[in-house]
Amino acid sequence: MSRVKELQKSLFGGNTSNARQFGMIFTLVAIVLLFEILTGGLTLNPGNLISLVSQYSYILLLAIGMLMVIVAGHIDLSVGSVAAFVGIVVAQVMQDYAVPWFLAVLIGLAVGAVIGAWQGFWVAYVGVPAFIVTLAGMMLFRGGNQFIGNANTIPVPEGFRVIGSGFLPEVGPDTGYNNLTLLLGLVVCVAVVVREWRGRRTRREMGADAAPMWISVIRVAVPLAVIVFATLQFAGGRVGTSFPVSGIILGVLVVIYSFITRNTAGGRHIYAVGGNARAAELSGVKLKRVNFMVMMNMSVLAALAGMIFVARSAASGPQDGIGWELDAIAAVFIGGAAVSGGLGTISGSIVGGLVMAVLNNGLQLLGVGSDRVQIIKGLVLLLAVAFDVYNKKQGRFSVIDSLMRPFRRDTPTGPASSSEAGQERGKSPVAG
Amino acid sequence: MRDAPVLLEMRAITKEFPGVKALSDVNLVVRQGEIHAIAGENGAGKSTLMKVLSGVHPYGSYTGQILYEGTESRFADIRASEHAGIVIIHQELALVPGLSITENIFLGNEPRRGGVIDWKTANRRALELMALVGLEEDPDTLIKDIGVGKQQLVEIAKAFAKNVKLLILDEPTAALNETDSRHLLDLLRDFRQRGITSIIISHKLNEIAEIADAITILRDGHTIETLDVKADGVDEDRIVRGMVGRELHSRFPDHTPDIGEVFFEVRDWTVRHPVASDRLVAKNASFTVRRGEIVGFAGLMGAGRTELAMSVFGRSYGVYVSGQIIKDGREIVIKSVSDAIEHGLAYVSEDRKSIGLNLLDDIKTSVVAAKLSKITKRGVIDHVREHQAAESYRSSLRVKAPTVDEPVTTLSGGNQQKVVLAKWMFTDPDLLILDEPTRGIDVGAKYEIYGIIQRLADQGKGVIVISSELPELIGLCDRIYTVFEGTITGDIPRRDADPELLLKQMTSVKKAQRS
Repeated sequence: MSRVKELQKSLFGGNTSNARQFGMIFTLVAIVLLFEILTGGLTLNPGNLISLVSQYSYILLLAIGMLMVIVAGHIDLSVGSVAAFVGIVVAQVMQDYAVPWFLAVLIGLAVGAVIGAWQGFWVAYVGVPAFIVTLAGMMLFRGGNQFIGNANTIPVPEGFRVIGSGFLPEVGPDTGYNNLTLLLGLVVCVAVVVREWRGRRTRREMGADAAPMWISVIRVAVPLAVIVFATLQFAGGRVGTSFPVSGIILGVLVVIYSFITRNTAGGRHIYAVGGNARAAELSGVKLKRVNFMVMMNMSVLAALAGMIFVARSAASGPQDGIGWELDAIAAVFIGGAAVSGGLGTISGSIVGGLVMAVLNNGLQLLGVGSDRVQIIKGLVLLLAVAFDVYNKKQGRFSVIDSLMRPFRRDTPTGPASSSEAGQERGKSPVAG
Repeated sequence: MRDAPVLLEMRAITKEFPGVKALSDVNLVVRQGEIHAIAGENGAGKSTLMKVLSGVHPYGSYTGQILYEGTESRFADIRASEHAGIVIIHQELALVPGLSITENIFLGNEPRRGGVIDWKTANRRALELMALVGLEEDPDTLIKDIGVGKQQLVEIAKAFAKNVKLLILDEPTAALNETDSRHLLDLLRDFRQRGITSIIISHKLNEIAEIADAITILRDGHTIETLDVKADGVDEDRIVRGMVGRELHSRFPDHTPDIGEVFFEVRDWTVRHPVASDRLVAKNASFTVRRGEIVGFAGLMGAGRTELAMSVFGRSYGVYVSGQIIKDGREIVIKSVSDAIEHGLAYVSEDRKSIGLNLLDDIKTSVVAAKLSKITKRGVIDHVREHQAAESYRSSLRVKAPTVDEPVTTLSGGNQQKVVLAKWMFTDPDLLILDEPTRGIDVGAKYEIYGIIQRLADQGKGVIVISSELPELIGLCDRIYTVFEGTITGDIPRRDADPELLLKQMTSVKKAQRS
């Protein structure tokens, strides 16, 4: 193994999806920097960052659920319609019955759960492919939205709007920054350090040789720099604005769901079902329950996304959520999930979603029309997945190696083919 | 055969993958009209050599020469080699299940008239080809409706449709039962009469010894020797010696069984086919397993052994009709796989790639997959314990992999099978059902797997081994049940077990229920 590869492995972990994720992070950074230059510094200015978060948090929220759906080997086309349906229900109950906003949120989540149970039932227990069930759901709940709202727009009260357009309030002494945002940044910084420290301890306990200290330092220092920068930007915006509430909701859910998918038996079952359903079943995984839960969870998250959107736009309308499912699916696939299921990570999907968001936002800042934005987004999705498919054929992927290749003359064959041999052995281990 | 003209000569073939030298200076001489076997353990380079020959690894990606029919051939791809009359039939058959026999035979090679498929000619020729390979079926039958044995024949007919001169068969009998294997071997002899040359790659050494005229043995990418079967008086032991480079004293480790009480019993087990509800896949099957006992299930393919085992293992196959399971003197009800695991049952499936493993997993996730509860606390996975558990199996079962983070696809068949065994040993079972535990595994790895099975029995567990290889059952098991059409037709203790008796019981219901 080349030294570059070893370095990459210790920085990002050794497997393909991690490497893929690194590729996406790299792409994200490149896109951000590109637009930062093209827009003359507009992209990373506080106002734009804040609107970026509040504008895309609900898509990223959907990407979390969609990742699990896709990992389990399904798809959900109904999320936009479900979001719109829940949005109108919540707006309607608040208008007609003067239900307090927090109760309305609970009602919205409950409606999402019921819809999810409905779709999960057909997928898991009847065995109708999720594509069909959710295509039906897409029509059903779009129609439901227009039926309930009479195709009208219904405004929502002030209190409710906090989840979509609220910010961390100003408290404490006047530091020139939003204090709570600073505190939030500090908490995240501590979390990053603790995580790395615990990771090292775990590796030691496993008896594996922990990576050299300087690698850990890099793994901590780079994120810290990004967090400190972001914190100062978010905290230093126009007075009254700071880190959006919807961003906090998103962050909390990302942490929770990352933990679930990575560290719990339930999460592992989702990957097992998507990787090989029959093998999972014969290992005692309750296939139907997993499928049901995954579909149901998606609808609950769609409900939440719908409410955040309604809160942000201050009203629920018949055109809400159109095309969201496609944005969420695109984010998941750009983030490295496999079309056939079994592979993908929450963080990858978030990065994939951010790539799309920054692209969208940057092009808008440049005054590019929505026609061309669509074309560019389409191409990005296609190329990202094509790149992945190509790399799978070639063997394992390595961005660093491909970047370093021009500078190395001593090794004539690229690293790609070395793992091809490995793959081949794997493919035909019987007749050698 | 020594005097027959040389049809194919591969000279000093060297094929390197970065970091691995798959073939080095391999020579192969195949004479016109002979059956030439290539033997070697997994990873010896047999498949790579055939891929070089058939153009999967194109000219230029290897060094050395291929002389075919006297001229040097430089195949750029499979089409080029097929055009020259070299057809390779892979172990995984390349047939389209939803198309008919005729359509499959001529797939990509359809007889055409003015751009339109000439079905009349196709059907006529299909019938001719089917007669040639001894396949009696309606040519309009869909591939999915015929058995593996017949599918193999369709593949061969397909090769003949391409005017084959050199037929290469990669593990042709691995998935076939005794009868179908016999038929295939007879067919190869028949082809030899007609002057068609075949190369056969097989792990079944008895078949090779029986049918081949010449055997080339590869080991670690080198040609070890080419044996002339008749002149050298080659037998299985001779081949094994060449393959492993030493004398293998016994194919089974020495073992003194320590058999205890009956602890597991299935009574009058009846199961319906999952789709065809009038078909019973198990009929009043009853069997017992004692502690420390290795019990074999012998039967022809399709006899219902796998179906019986899987239906006992949490009703994971078919529709349960009636029957009881008694464990440690008490009746237990097992309705799902997780119940079965909870009650100490483990089932190691026949087909490890399609239903035994998640091929996206690495070793450690595979090992713990069937009993996550052992490494979780309130649903949260303890990665350290997961790693330690996997690591202990990696070393105790001698899985050849640098770490447990290695993806399972990088492992050889034998090592994958060890991982699957580890996965089920991790569930702390009392009874392990092993379905074809050594299929597609080389001699050395088989020996190790037998050793693992015996160790499990010595720990007081019961082990059921389902196998289509009678010598394996006879060599390994303390007692053998024979199964025929879902019925248990015999219960034969080790001392009475011989292939003849087993075969008789495996093919008939009428014989005595207990001998």
